[in-house]
Amino acid sequence: MLKKRIIPCLDVDRGRVVKGVNFVDLIDAGDPVEQAKIYNSEGADELCFLDITASSDERETLFEVVKKTAENCFIPLTVGGGVRTIDDISRLLHHGADKVSINTAAVENIDLVAKAAKKYGSSTIVIAVDAKKNGDKSWNIFTHGGRKPTDIDALEYCIEVANLGAGEILLTSMDRDGTKIGFDNELLSNVSSSIDIPVIASGGVGNLEHFAEGVLEGGASALLAASIFHFGEYSIKDVKTYLAEQNIAVRI
Amino acid sequence: MKLVIINYGSGNLHSVHKAFEAVNNNLENPYEIIVTNTPFEILNADKLVLPGVGAFQDCKNAIHKIDGLFESLEQVVIGEKKAFMGICVGMQLLAEKSLEFGECEGFGWIPGEVIKIEAPADYKIPHMGWNEVTFRNHELLNNISQNTDFYFVHSYYFRTQKNENCIATTKYPNPITAAVLKENIFGTQFHPEKSHNNGKQIITNFLEWEPS
Repeated sequence: MLKKRIIPCLDVDRGRVVKGVNFVDLIDAGDPVEQAKIYNSEGADELCFLDITASSDERETLFEVVKKTAENCFIPLTVGGGVRTIDDISRLLHHGADKVSINTAAVENIDLVAKAAKKYGSSTIVIAVDAKKNGDKSWNIFTHGGRKPTDIDALEYCIEVANLGAGEILLTSMDRDGTKIGFDNELLSNVSSSIDIPVIASGGVGNLEHFAEGVLEGGASALLAASIFHFGEYSIKDVKTYLAEQNIAVRI
Repeated sequence: MKLVIINYGSGNLHSVHKAFEAVNNNLENPYEIIVTNTPFEILNADKLVLPGVGAFQDCKNAIHKIDGLFESLEQVVIGEKKAFMGICVGMQLLAEKSLEFGECEGFGWIPGEVIKIEAPADYKIPHMGWNEVTFRNHELLNNISQNTDFYFVHSYYFRTQKNENCIATTKYPNPITAAVLKENIFGTQFHPEKSHNNGKQIITNFLEWEPS
């Protein structure tokens, strides 16, 4: 049976790991390559790096981090943040990323999704969506790391990028991110039941039950978390053991 | 001994190279690993690895765009029976044809065709993630337990014409070919380079394999 994936996410700023609470207040939590090695040995199913380096001339640090991680961790690595062009995707893949996640650039230029999927294969292209609730069963997407609102409907957007060849949706709830009150399972289940491609749940996980709810209520194929792992509240093994007890298939 | 990893611009080349390097460094008699697309190097290889991600037709076109690449591959693999391993689309290319984006001819080294995964509506496509693999006993699968998880990412799969060429399967929920074998030609649908310790074991087995 296909396993539900547990994906630790590292926010990387100028080569260092940070995690924002509600996208502000950054706290340093270590060296990304060392962290990645720990997660790799603990049984993470994939790794995710989100580069939040603001200045483009400091983005080179990311390529080194990706390269070193790929040389040490033999599990899939998704890298996102600041990916704007086919050339950006190509460079990340060349340095050892397995999948590249695109956020703002896909919203501003939807053609990029189809072009990237055609050139590198759907399975390489993850579309990251930051969504915020704006009414009953309705969410709008935000761009620029959650700073810029749009009037684009999240569900319609996910359906569109799936049709254009995206391989996966990384769906972050802006309302839940950093709150530790659980994933927005209503958002997740609405998106996941409307598209054929896998959905990765992100934003809000605070305890073991939340992981299970993301699968059982949200219908997520994979569960992403950051601070809950970094600060040692729970290990990957704790999460997998708990999910297995709930009869959710995981790789032990 | 030379191990050649074919470079035709495939997205997983770096990962495949690094995984083979990591395993190779632990061997008593390590290979010289060469990443190349020149026919001269390919003709001198003792073992060959063909990575591949993306669309079948794009991979095939990229190979044929490089002068003499396919011909030299055919000579060492079919003519001289050197050990060969295809990964993901590199494995699917061994088929006679693929039905992805219309019909496209493959290498035709193993009878069968590449077709879309058929699964119930609540099964996500691509088949992406870790899934259990069952297999027939073979030295390429030494030191691997039955129903061990490997990492898959694909929407199409290789339906071999003969059962004997399918040596491993996974379920989604219908059986899907996970590995193929014909004489000196081996291929995996899953990504050993991304399958952690189990993947490293498959690579070790391939490096130690001497097809009869």
